[in-house]
Amino acid sequence: MSFLQPLISGILTGGVYALAGIGMSLVFGVMNISNFAHGDLMMLGMYLAFFSFTLLHIDPYISLVLIIPIAFMFGYMMEKVFINRVIHHPHQNQILLTVGLGLIMSNTALLAFTSDPKILTTTYSSSAFNLFGDISVSVPLLLSFLITCLITVILYLFLSKTATGMALRATSQNREAAQLMGINVAKMSAIAFGIGTALAATAGALIAPTYYIHPLAGHSFLLKAFTICVLGGLGSVVGAGVGGIIIGVVEAMSSTYLSSDWKDVIVFVIFLAVLLFRPQGLFGKKGGQ
Amino acid sequence: MLDIKNLNAGYGEMHVLRAIDLTISQGEVVSVVGSNGAGKSTLLKAISGIIKFTGMITWNNESLSSLKAHTIVQRGIVHVPEGRKIFPEMTVVENLMMGGFLCKKDQQKNLERVFDLFPKLAQRRTQLGGTMSGGEQQMLAIGRGIMGNPKLLLLDEPSLGLSPLFTEVVFGAIRTINTSGVTVLLVEQNVYQSLNISHRGYVIETGRIVLTGTGEELLNNQDVKKAFLGM
Ligand SMILES: Nc1ncnc2c1ncn2[C@@H]1O[C@H](COP(=O)(O)OP(=O)(O)OP(=O)(O)O)[C@@H](O)[C@H]1O
Ligand SMILES: [Mg+2]
Repeated sequence: MSFLQPLISGILTGGVYALAGIGMSLVFGVMNISNFAHGDLMMLGMYLAFFSFTLLHIDPYISLVLIIPIAFMFGYMMEKVFINRVIHHPHQNQILLTVGLGLIMSNTALLAFTSDPKILTTTYSSSAFNLFGDISVSVPLLLSFLITCLITVILYLFLSKTATGMALRATSQNREAAQLMGINVAKMSAIAFGIGTALAATAGALIAPTYYIHPLAGHSFLLKAFTICVLGGLGSVVGAGVGGIIIGVVEAMSSTYLSSDWKDVIVFVIFLAVLLFRPQGLFGKKGGQ
Repeated sequence: MLDIKNLNAGYGEMHVLRAIDLTISQGEVVSVVGSNGAGKSTLLKAISGIIKFTGMITWNNESLSSLKAHTIVQRGIVHVPEGRKIFPEMTVVENLMMGGFLCKKDQQKNLERVFDLFPKLAQRRTQLGGTMSGGEQQMLAIGRGIMGNPKLLLLDEPSLGLSPLFTEVVFGAIRTINTSGVTVLLVEQNVYQSLNISHRGYVIETGRIVLTGTGEELLNNQDVKKAFLGM
C-alpha cells in the first residue's frame, strides 16, 4: 500500500486531534491549569452530536451550530462555579478537581446512557472517494478536517484581531501585567475555559460519525490532547495545531506499518520522550513548567 | 487625591507593610525610596489592587479596598510594574494597544503621545516585545502605562538595570509626563535622581515609613545621605 494512504488519513484525523489539543493548550496558557476533564468534555460533544442526530434529526456537522454555544456556556459556568476556586492553588489541587469533574461527567454518562457503545450512522458515514487512483479518502473525515480548518482560522482571527482575543493572549503571556492593563483576568479565564470546552466538544462531535460513542471514550483522547500540548509547547495554540497533525500521522503510520494495537503505545512513548528531552515542546522557547 | 491611612499588607501569612500613612496631591511627583525588600513594590501592588490590604486607601473620596485591579485602572490609577512585564509575544504596537485596553477611543491620540515621548518606539512598531533590550522594554512599559490615560502613574523602579544614558531618558520622560498633568508615584533605588525630580518623598524601611519631607529636605538629610547616597 502507498505511503500516502496513512499520511493522508493521518492528517485528516490529526486535524480533529489538533482541535482538542488547541482547546487544552488555550486553557493551559490563560489559566495555567491542566484540564484533566478535557477528554470527558469531548465525550459530551460526541453524545450531543449523537442525540441531535437521533432525536432532532440534525446532521452531526450542522449540529455544531448548537453544540458550540452550548458547550461554551457549559465550560464558562464550570469555570465560574468550580475551576476559578483553585486557580491560585497548587497544581495537585487543580488536578484533583478536574479529574473529579471528569469522573462525574463520565459516570453520569454511564448512568444515563449505559455502557453500550452507540454508533452514529449517517448516509455518508462509510463513503469514500479515490484520490490518485489508489488512495481512498473518507468523506466524513475530510468534512471534519475542513470544518476543523475553518474553526481554526476563525479562532486565529479572534485571537489576533479582536479586543477580547488580544486580552486572552495578554493574560496568557503575563497574567499580572494583563490585570494592570485593566483586563478582567477572572473573566478571561472563564472565556478561555468556555472556548476550550467548545473546542473539545466540537472535536468530539466531529469524530462522532467515525468512532464508537461511549461514556469512557474521552479517556483515550485525554492522553492524546496532553501529548499534543506537550509536543507543541504548553500554552502555544499554533504548536498544538501542528502537534495534532503529527500525532494523527504517527498513529496512522503505526497502525499501517506495525499494528493498530501499537498506536497508543507510540503516542505514549512520544509523550514521555518530549517531556524528557524537550519539555518546552518542539517549537517552544520558554522553559517547561 | 490619594490618601493612605494605616495600611497593612503582605503575602499570606507574611506581613510586609505596617501602618503606612501616605498622601499624594494632584500634580505631584512623590518618591518612595528604601532598600531591597523594604516593601516598596508591595505598596504599589496594594494601591493597584494586585494584593489585598487592610486599612484605608482612598482615591478622590472613593475607597479602593473593595475594588478589583481592573476597576482601579478604570479610575485612572495605572501601575507600571517592576521588571517591565512586557507581553513578550506581542509587537510594540500591540503592547501599547493592550495598555489602552480600557480607553480605545483615545488610542490614536495616546499612541502619538507615546511616540513623541519615546521616538525609538515609533521605529520599532512591529518588533516583538520579548526581543527588545531592557532599556527599550522600560520605555515600552512606561508607554504602555500612558496608553491607559493615567491620572496617577505608579512607577516601580523604572531605572533598574539601565545605563546612565537610558536612565537620563527615563527620568526626563517622567518629568515630561508630570508636566503634562499626570501625578506620579515613583519607587526607586536610584535615590539621588528620583528625589531630585520629586516634590516630596518617603523613606521606607522594613515595611514602615521612617522619614518624609520634600525632595530637597531628604536629599540633605544626614541619614538619607549615609544610607543611600554613600556620603
Ligand atoms: N509574591 C510574594 N510572595 C511572598 N513574599 C513576597 C512576594 N513578593 C514580595 N515578597 C516579600 O515581601 C517583602 C517586600 O517585598 P517588595 O517586593 O515589596 O520589596 P521592595 O521594596 O520592592 O524590594 P526591591 O527594591 O528589591 O524591589 C520581601 O521580603 C519579599 O521577599
Ligand atoms: Mg520592588
